[in-house]
Amino acid sequence: MHKLLASAYKEALLLSRDIGGIAILFIMPLVLVITITLIQDSTFKTISDTKIPILIVDYDKGSVSESVFEGLKFSNSFEIIENTSEEEAKEAVFKGEYQLAIVIPENLSEALQLKVNANVEGILAKFGLEADSEPAKDNDVIQKEIKLYFDPATQATFKSSVKNGIDKMISKIETQSIYKAFQEQVGEDDDKVIFETNSFIVFKEIVPSINDEDVMPNSAQHNVPAWTLFAIFFIIVPLSINMVKEKSQGTFVRLRTNPVNYATVLGGKTIVYLSVCLIQFTLMLLIGVYLFPSIGLPGLDVSGRLFLLYVVAVFAGLAAVGLGLLLGTLAKTQEQSAPFGATFVVILAALGGVWVPVFVMPKFMQLLSHLSPMNWGLNGFYDVFLRNASFREILPEISLLLLFFIITTISSILYNEKKNAV
Amino acid sequence: MSTPIRFSGLEMIQITNLSKKYKGTEVFSVANLDLKIDDREIFGLLGPNGAGKTTLISMLSSLLKPTSGSFTINGLTFKENKNELKQLIGIVPQEYALYPTLTAFENLSYFGSMYGLKGAELKKIINEHLETLGLTRFSQKKINTFSGGMKRRVNLIASILHKPKVLFLDEPTVGVDVQSKNVIIDHLRQLNKAGTTIIYTSHHLNEAENFCTRVAIIDEGKILIKGIPKNLVSAQDDAHNLEDVFLAITGKALRDHA
Repeated sequence: MHKLLASAYKEALLLSRDIGGIAILFIMPLVLVITITLIQDSTFKTISDTKIPILIVDYDKGSVSESVFEGLKFSNSFEIIENTSEEEAKEAVFKGEYQLAIVIPENLSEALQLKVNANVEGILAKFGLEADSEPAKDNDVIQKEIKLYFDPATQATFKSSVKNGIDKMISKIETQSIYKAFQEQVGEDDDKVIFETNSFIVFKEIVPSINDEDVMPNSAQHNVPAWTLFAIFFIIVPLSINMVKEKSQGTFVRLRTNPVNYATVLGGKTIVYLSVCLIQFTLMLLIGVYLFPSIGLPGLDVSGRLFLLYVVAVFAGLAAVGLGLLLGTLAKTQEQSAPFGATFVVILAALGGVWVPVFVMPKFMQLLSHLSPMNWGLNGFYDVFLRNASFREILPEISLLLLFFIITTISSILYNEKKNAV
Repeated sequence: MSTPIRFSGLEMIQITNLSKKYKGTEVFSVANLDLKIDDREIFGLLGPNGAGKTTLISMLSSLLKPTSGSFTINGLTFKENKNELKQLIGIVPQEYALYPTLTAFENLSYFGSMYGLKGAELKKIINEHLETLGLTRFSQKKINTFSGGMKRRVNLIASILHKPKVLFLDEPTVGVDVQSKNVIIDHLRQLNKAGTTIIYTSHHLNEAENFCTRVAIIDEGKILIKGIPKNLVSAQDDAHNLEDVFLAITGKALRDHA
């Protein structure tokens, strides 16, 4: 025990003598979490409050284009700029001046009406009802397309949501046209609404609750755990560098001749670097709780969850330290450990769902994500923050994190013993 | 003036047919070496660069695994008595094996703790050694502010805090000024008087001639000659000192190794 405490004290002294290193360890994660939350929060605001300018070329000038205009205005997400030339609009978008251009083809409203009439008349004929007007020939109606031009730099998620929105808008216009055609055919007064065109089925989001109060997730509760975990795992870089330095300084050689086992040496490092992780975590929570609201970001609500959050943080920290110990044991130079460590953390973060949610990943990547300790940690944090989980419910995640620490540490010890066997 | 022979005659180190061949090399760095070193000897391992001195010391101090052969220290082996043996020996490596950003006292406290020393006892031992080696006023200074000679002295203290029975020194006076060298050698003599067996490598043949009770000249992993320095000098024709013996035995060709 005395040797373990002496090792931990030495590690603490070494860290305390590296002011630049401490600044990086504590300040950079804070900068990271503030920056990411500000960006993500402003992205959300962009969608809801700020309007994205888009070009519309309207060759139709009919009821459909009118509905598209209204729909886009109603969405409150776009600033609509009319343009008369498709070529000009296309060029402006492809140059990156606008994110999107929508080109509504000529006679779209007329063609849609013809198509709907033909379908309605066909249906009525099957029921033995005569149509009021001459039946239109369905085959004569040529399919029309609304063209969308996207800036090549536009992200796939934005493209997808715009496409879905326009698709929904067109479906609604088609539905309304069908109802209107039926109403005309059954001879009712156009002003009297006999078909309700609003959606019958609506959805309501039910969120978890604590003490009968709904827990509404916000961007802070999503971002702080994810980026805290990212920062915690970055501990592998300074930890592995610390170990490689011991090899290059010759102090590791001296330790090998001392009557102290490698597990004790690693134990000292684990105590200090785990403490660093927990200090990082505490600072992140403080930032989320106190700083975020003062800079216009949603505050982090940790009430009633603090103990479980620290439980997850301790085990996530252990997993990160275990990985750092293994990397420090295997690496021979700082040139090996630093770039590998940094890149590996980014890969683990990507796999773990820190960048992109796991459920949108390809199947194979989803399987791989289950192997990332960051995925276990992130799920643990989300369980506590967003799913109102109990200790028992986070047990699988923290057990995996502990197992990861045990495996990486034992691997380090075995590798060291094998390499330095006498 | 050479040191009077005063070793006990009891065997401290017994090396039998010890060999080491590094991976990817064809030649043995240490080849079928047999050697006995008595308790309380100051034994010098002398040889040109690449002769196998550091390899031999590294094997004896548990840093390298022998390819074949065996050795005992005080009747113990690393395989069977690893921790006991580590408590018994000290090694002063050629490099400064110290934490540059820690003070001399912090470095020594840490390494002393690894030998189970603690509290007031550890502090007392550290201060005594710092005093003897003229470092007391620098004890709270960081190692990265020390000169080469000061680092060598701290490097030595870190290896002797636990009063080892056997001390291995790999060129302990390389790159230091005459004053530091004298202080180091004097301190080693005191340790030897107190009962420590010393095995040391050096390129300073005059130093070895005066300091060692016995020396062995090794080359290409083999012992070419061994004995009491003055006996080796008198046995060699036209030799006035150990350096003459060394050159006569190992030749004058350069021994550069890549």
